[in-house]
Amino acid sequence: MFLSAKRLFRSLMVSLWFMCLVFPIMGIKIVKKVAVYSFDSVFYLGIGIFFASLAWAWYFEVYLQGGMEKDGKKSLFAPVGQCWKKITTKIEDTPSAGKYTLLILLVVFSILPFVSSMYQTTIFALAFLYVMLALGLNIVVGIAGQLVLGYAAFYAIGAYTYALLNQYLGFGFWICLPIAGFVTVIAGFVLAFPVLKLRGDYLAIVTLGFGEIVRLLITNFSDFTGGAKGVSNIPRPSFFGMELSPNMNTIYVYYLALFAALITIVVVARLKDSRVGMALQALKDDEIASEAMGIDLRKTKLAAFALGSCWAGFAGVLFAARNSFISPASFTFMDSVMILSMVVLGGMGSITGVALAALILALMPEYLRAFSEYRMLIFGLVMVLMMIFRPQGMIPPSKRKYYPSALFGKKGSGKNDSAQKFSANTIAHGNSLNESTEGEKHA
Amino acid sequence: MDWQYFLEITFSGLTRGSIYALIALGYTMVYGIIELINFAHGEVYMLGAFTSFIVASILGTMGFPVGAILVIAALIAILWCAAYGYTLEKVAYKPLRGESRLAPLISAIGMSIFLQNYVQLAQTSDFIRFPVRIPRFDFLSQFGGIVRSSDFVILVSSSLIMICLTLFIRYTKMGKAMRATAQNRKMAMLLGIDADKIISLTFIIGSGLAAFGGLLIASHTSQVGFSIGFLAGMKAFTAAVLGGIGSIPGAMLGGLVLGLAEGYTTGYFSGDYEDVLAFSLLILILVFRPSGLLGKAKVQKV
Amino acid sequence: MHSENKAEMQNPTSARRKQNGAHSGSQNDGVQPVLSVKSLSKNFGGLRALNDVDMHIMPGEIVALIGPNGAGKTTFFNCVTGIYLPTEGEVWAGRQGEPHKQLNNISPHHITSFGLARTFQNIRLFSSMTVLENVMVGRHCRTKSNVLGAIFRNPASRNEEQETVDRAYALLEEVGLQDLWQESASNLPYGAQRRLEIARALATDPFLLFLDEPAAGMNPQETVELKKLVLRLRDKLGISILLIEHDMGMVMSLSDRIYVMEYGSRIAYGKPEDIRNNPQVIRAYLGESDDA
Repeated sequence: MFLSAKRLFRSLMVSLWFMCLVFPIMGIKIVKKVAVYSFDSVFYLGIGIFFASLAWAWYFEVYLQGGMEKDGKKSLFAPVGQCWKKITTKIEDTPSAGKYTLLILLVVFSILPFVSSMYQTTIFALAFLYVMLALGLNIVVGIAGQLVLGYAAFYAIGAYTYALLNQYLGFGFWICLPIAGFVTVIAGFVLAFPVLKLRGDYLAIVTLGFGEIVRLLITNFSDFTGGAKGVSNIPRPSFFGMELSPNMNTIYVYYLALFAALITIVVVARLKDSRVGMALQALKDDEIASEAMGIDLRKTKLAAFALGSCWAGFAGVLFAARNSFISPASFTFMDSVMILSMVVLGGMGSITGVALAALILALMPEYLRAFSEYRMLIFGLVMVLMMIFRPQGMIPPSKRKYYPSALFGKKGSGKNDSAQKFSANTIAHGNSLNESTEGEKHA
Repeated sequence: MDWQYFLEITFSGLTRGSIYALIALGYTMVYGIIELINFAHGEVYMLGAFTSFIVASILGTMGFPVGAILVIAALIAILWCAAYGYTLEKVAYKPLRGESRLAPLISAIGMSIFLQNYVQLAQTSDFIRFPVRIPRFDFLSQFGGIVRSSDFVILVSSSLIMICLTLFIRYTKMGKAMRATAQNRKMAMLLGIDADKIISLTFIIGSGLAAFGGLLIASHTSQVGFSIGFLAGMKAFTAAVLGGIGSIPGAMLGGLVLGLAEGYTTGYFSGDYEDVLAFSLLILILVFRPSGLLGKAKVQKV
Repeated sequence: MHSENKAEMQNPTSARRKQNGAHSGSQNDGVQPVLSVKSLSKNFGGLRALNDVDMHIMPGEIVALIGPNGAGKTTFFNCVTGIYLPTEGEVWAGRQGEPHKQLNNISPHHITSFGLARTFQNIRLFSSMTVLENVMVGRHCRTKSNVLGAIFRNPASRNEEQETVDRAYALLEEVGLQDLWQESASNLPYGAQRRLEIARALATDPFLLFLDEPAAGMNPQETVELKKLVLRLRDKLGISILLIEHDMGMVMSLSDRIYVMEYGSRIAYGKPEDIRNNPQVIRAYLGESDDA
């Protein structure tokens, strides 16, 4: 029986422990040197913790041990658990569900500017930029397993490339877009070169430091970059040389962002399923083994950083163009973390998952005002809980389908004889000893 | 060269450095045992500062003397933060033991964000003034004001604590168990050491030290805010890496070196680049000498 | 360097010839070894993990490297395959009839693409990938398609990919894992994981294969299968094989020659019969060796 008196008592103790723990911070507030006590919030939290602790115990002691079937009839929670298991396996078994959702969303998004307000159009344009950012980071973190905590730096570099090139040299949006992509790729290299040999957690710290340094330098070189005040009056993109009315321009930027996000989705998806993408995944799983398989760690890591950072560059230019104002405050560590939590929540390495998570996390604060205050709190909690309960994310990466000719016939484009000529191929490489062997010698 | 000025900034650098060292110890001990960068450690320090602010404010209105306020606030902050550290490990890290390295790290980042916003929402997003200051000691005036009294208190108390910690680690049974666990957890467990208990103990000690650092910084700068943990945590981590992560004397040395480096940069150049210095230093060490000053290079087992 | 080496090798080669006429019949005295290691040493701080180890492997030979735990066998593997940088010594290798290349200071992936492949003592599969994908990764150094090919999916890269799939599947058939090709690699039983590692290593088209304790954790049935597989690789593909193994039955029956290491040094080498009776080897193993 799951709900024994002992367990209830334990949960009670846990909730008391937490109430005690949070009491000074939640229960006491100093207002004008006078302590104001609020016991009720602590009490409500205690009740919440009580049930959370029961759920926690149930997850680890019943669900994970597979005890659900065993005492399924006795446990109160069994139907809940079975339902949950069903849902999760359902999601995992139908990776196309995510794709269809994205397709439906695409249709909705393409007519959205005509049916909604300008305000919402700008909000959605920003959400699309987050899709780009999250997918870009997904290449580095999700696919290649290199934990980068300073991704906002690349975003900043992209945005400032456009803003500053425009301010000093008068370059337009369309020239700056490729330049910014190029500059962020270079920045990706600059960061990647020294960190090639670093292991996961050190890499995270170095990239965090990099992100902070970029932000601090932008803030401190105020003569050139505008410092903390930022750069304003960044022009909107032109439409084939024409200036558009502000409203039209908002819609134009919206479609640009949508289009850019689409391209990102397609490119990142194709990249993931390619030879290069497979090398990146191998890198994530085991660096030493991938090196022993002939994968050049240096090249592959550099590729991961370059491929990941360029999207931030593009998104940065679009962001500067959308806002027409940028300042270092938009590119803090918290922004990096927010993009990271999109990747984590969506499912590291998953394209549809990350794209959906980016949309959800970017839009939710705008539509749930109550939520926006608690946004970062919830992000933090979600990151922890995701790691504990569902490390593979909302929608885990879909498994690719392969068609070996030996099973499926000469489907597609494979060379006819490649499957059969296993030995012949190797002999072509100079191993010609097999004619001299006569059966097993020892045995 | 102005010796008076030089000594002044040396002492303020050492003060700052000894606080970094207190926090760095937590990073280094945790890393030594479970090879995890406890990202939320800086937030524990911030919680320490906040808790001691609240306690000191309450005691202040009750009319306690300054010394008593500081001592009681320190004790409560240490106790509570040790509890926070313990809980943190049980909730966010223990379920992930044995997973890939990425999972606990992300969990730690999540916890850091969570704690920061928890304090911001429950308390305030503004900086607040710490109600009491460390009293002035008359005997220090004979040194011509080179050593300020808060510098003196911080230096003496943090040195004392670090000496106690060193003795604890070196000579007590628990300390020996900790070192054994750090060297080889499996072997230590086979010898009957309860690794879970040691890990908890590490978090408790580390968090307690961070809380004490939090109180010291709060009374020193008299500024407390929900966001102080991030930067202090990063700098303490820099100190830990500088000294050689996993090495306890290394963390102390690293803290002092970093504090001095920052002190001189601020004193002779500009305060604007103090943070850039710390972050650059961090990157340079990690890239060129990841084993730090006192750490040992590790051979990766294949 | 090479002439020296050859002189030193004369002895085992001729010994082998007598014992095994069929195999060495096609060899003449000019046959170069595919691998020659000359006084290889490795220090870890003050510890000398490898001390002046010499070794050579002739084309099509199966050579075993044995020794008590901690003798430096895996360190030797790691030094030759570039994972560790040897402190002293030289490693030369090359396909038969092609110029040899010195492998010191060359990174592991270059060594792999040059034609040396290895498996790991503690299995290192790509656990998030399927069985087939694991082998496909092995083809990485033999395929070329790049980022642009990935994005535009041009016919060349699509063809290459299909070839990779087919080749990987064929290799799975070779090691008997074809029915599990869609399985996740981490779900395989232990013995199958070891075989998958071999298939993955074969995917890199090696002329020399290093197997680090391939039979560890296998049941007797699987060990027999493994033995057949190793012989097949040598006989069918002409791959030379160096294996570290503790299963003496397997070592004795499989290998043409055996090298014995203890405390980082080579203490004996020769035919299995000689090794079996070598007093030094028996001493090193304290009697635990002879379960063949």
